[in-house]
Amino acid sequence: MPAVQETIDRVRSIDLDQYKYGFETTIEMEKSAKGISEDVVRFISAKKNEPAWLLEWRLDAYRRWLTMKEPEWARVSYDKVDYSDIYYYAAPKRPAAMSLDEIDPEILKTYEKLGIPLREVEVLEGIAPERRVAVDAVFDSVSVATTFKKELSKAGVIFMPISEAVQEYPELVQKYLGTVVPSTDNFFATLNSAVFSDGSFVYIPPGVRCPMELSTYFRINERDTGQFERTLIIADKGSYVSYLEGCTAPKRDDNQLHAAVVELVALDDAEIKYSTVQNWYPGDNEGKGGIYNFVTKRGDCRGDRSKISWTQVETGSAITWKYPSCILRGDESRGEFYSIAVSNGMQQVDSGTKMIHLGKNTTSRIISKGISAGRSQNTYRGLVSAHKKAKNARNFTNCDSLLIGDQCGAHTVPYIESKNASAVFEHEATTSKISEDQKFYCLQRGLSEEEATALIVNGFVRDVLQQLPMEFAVEAQKLISISLEGSVG
Amino acid sequence: MAEIQNLRTSAETGLSSLFEASRKSFGTEEAIAREEAFRFFEAAGLPSRRVEAFKYTDLRAAMKEAVPPAEAPSAEAAQTAVASAKGFAGLDAARLTFVNGHLIRNLSDLDGLPAGLTVTPLNDAMGKSDARLRLLAPVEQARENPVYQLNTAFLADGALISVAPGTKIERALHLRFIGSGSESFSTATRVLVDIGDDAEITLLESHEGPNGLTYQPNDALDVRVGKQAVFRHARLNREGNAAIALSTISVRLDDESRLETVNLVTGAVLSRHQIFMHVAGVNVNAVVNGAAMLGDGQLADSTLLADHAAVGGIGREMFKTVIDGNATGVFQGKIIVRQAAQQTDGKMKSDCLLLSDEGQMMNKPELEIFADDVACGHGATCGAPDDDLLFYLMARGLPRAVAESLLVQAFVGEAIESVTHEGARAALIGEIEAWLAARA
Repeated sequence: MPAVQETIDRVRSIDLDQYKYGFETTIEMEKSAKGISEDVVRFISAKKNEPAWLLEWRLDAYRRWLTMKEPEWARVSYDKVDYSDIYYYAAPKRPAAMSLDEIDPEILKTYEKLGIPLREVEVLEGIAPERRVAVDAVFDSVSVATTFKKELSKAGVIFMPISEAVQEYPELVQKYLGTVVPSTDNFFATLNSAVFSDGSFVYIPPGVRCPMELSTYFRINERDTGQFERTLIIADKGSYVSYLEGCTAPKRDDNQLHAAVVELVALDDAEIKYSTVQNWYPGDNEGKGGIYNFVTKRGDCRGDRSKISWTQVETGSAITWKYPSCILRGDESRGEFYSIAVSNGMQQVDSGTKMIHLGKNTTSRIISKGISAGRSQNTYRGLVSAHKKAKNARNFTNCDSLLIGDQCGAHTVPYIESKNASAVFEHEATTSKISEDQKFYCLQRGLSEEEATALIVNGFVRDVLQQLPMEFAVEAQKLISISLEGSVG
Repeated sequence: MAEIQNLRTSAETGLSSLFEASRKSFGTEEAIAREEAFRFFEAAGLPSRRVEAFKYTDLRAAMKEAVPPAEAPSAEAAQTAVASAKGFAGLDAARLTFVNGHLIRNLSDLDGLPAGLTVTPLNDAMGKSDARLRLLAPVEQARENPVYQLNTAFLADGALISVAPGTKIERALHLRFIGSGSESFSTATRVLVDIGDDAEITLLESHEGPNGLTYQPNDALDVRVGKQAVFRHARLNREGNAAIALSTISVRLDDESRLETVNLVTGAVLSRHQIFMHVAGVNVNAVVNGAAMLGDGQLADSTLLADHAAVGGIGREMFKTVIDGNATGVFQGKIIVRQAAQQTDGKMKSDCLLLSDEGQMMNKPELEIFADDVACGHGATCGAPDDDLLFYLMARGLPRAVAESLLVQAFVGEAIESVTHEGARAALIGEIEAWLAARA
């Protein structure tokens, strides 16, 4: 059945023309030479004052990247990136700030405009909402501010730009960097390994429940630059952390590249919750401009009983190529993936997840909701696999898509590979598998079947979305009320 | 950046020289089609797992050597082969017999067929430039498929079957394909079925051959189903245990036509059955089912493309795979709903029962949807027999093996139930029972 008017209106209200974050900040920047070469890699490494091993690691990645081909299997088509025509490093010229007062006021204004609280004091004085979130703000290639560092360090939590972590905790970085997404992983991840500039580093010590939510806010500002951040989160035994990520970019007519890598490591009994609101500039209605979002995100449930959960709300980017994945290595580990991807205008999304079951009694769950409108193409692509040793692996996958208008497309490409008889995999693309009991309860109280279904599913999604901090909530709140009426497999 | 060029395998070089050697015997018009098909095939080579559509069935690795096309068998050899054939044997049906890919005319009912049904050997039709040859290869995507291209390039024999408009053929037509001999061989057969408006026919196909013989049958079935016409089709693959069996159905459905096809696989070390279904007319009803029962060393691949290009099509696709030993099951299904195909109702399901720890199942149920007023769904499940169900049966006094057999039968049976032809349905169920008995 076609989408109902209410849904159409809601999707329109988050339409491309409404992109609110398209402004530009004028500020003096320092850039590397245009294009990529060993010299540029060395330049970035030198800028960060990196140890020799890291420079070597970068150069290795760069040399390998030269031999690699850009992947073409995704269901997206775009003008190829001219890798020699972008700046791989761009940073505000002012020297690194020791305190908030030293940050370039233009940058502070930018974050204020975006609604990102960089001033802890306001929060402490109770002026701003009570919610406390530690923020690492990344502006083009560098981190400009990280809040609540002191308070976090009291709990033993390390939360800082990865470039600082390389200086202060080199052994930790060296131990984990590239162990989840090796520098040889894929074209974009390898490129990132060579030129990554900044990103967040998080380490939660054993048994610690991180006292507040951590978040990174990525902003691309400078023209002709690519953003290549790298995030590494390690949750040591028995710890817990919730991490949020948001991103925006100015409106421009040309495309800009964002090729990030995110690595998560969860040791025994640890849990990482990673949420993203991706709102890069999507281009205009004719498909002009917008960010190419080619991101490699992967979590490794390395320890027994560990858990990694990905939540993503995807509304931005001209092209999205993104598959947050979980390697369920530890016994009884658990992976989750909740996604809402809305595409509009000429956007193309090819996104999904991989759940790779290696350990015994591992479980995973995938809930994906794709909504395409305008002339966009929205693809879910996912892999669920059970290794021979993954006894009693269990997966449940549910992906729904909704089309608004007849100019767009919704596609589903699931791969389900079972190499173990005790593994139980279920994949479905209808909403009928919602608990019959819950549905019956709602129907009994006078809701129609559709209302009941929407209520149950949205209630479930809402749970996850409510974890997002206020500043990300604008799009997310609009999205959650989109009903499932008229959804197709 | 470095381009990776595949080296040609010995099978690929072999196929090229076999193609060159057989070229002289071709007629003109067909020669062009064959030449074209082979050039396309040659350019890409045998598909390996790097080719998305063959990700789980690596023909490049499986077909190590090119196997020469089979010679036509002697009359006695054909008689002997037919005498031992078991697929759909004993059923009341008109029969066409193919031994090693060659139509055996004296063992086929080419005459005395019911009014409205005509069967012409493909070789006769090609000599006379039969107009029906233009109906060959009705689905575009099939023409781009390397397995189908190989079939076209090496096409040796086959039949043209026509059902006149308005005729309902009661008696089933049985195509039996039998392999025999002791030397390796390959076959390439093509059967064209042209069903006129408002006509009906039931086609049964059985494919078999001796165990231990490494042969490579490649058969294709091209079907055009006219307006309001009905095509019922049941196919049984009980090829020998060393056969590499490739098959393609390419079917075009016109307004309000009905398709019912089922393929049961128990044989061949490697089999790939491809269905390309093109819904060209409105309000089509299609039931596409498949079942595979696999033991040690076997791989069975069911690949389906359901392309809905017209309003109101209903598609029901159900695939059941039972895996024992270290067998591998593959299901790749794709439903395309084009912009014009509003109100399409497509449901695709692939279920797998893993009876052993070594078996594996690869599922890829895809949807590609461009119309906004459709109801399409797909499901895939995979797991061992339900312990609760086993317990229920065992609590009623059934030994474990019997209980398991019963569950497997019920599981696979779902895909067979749709077969309208009673005799064919019973024969397929018989095959399932025989497989289970041999396992126990």
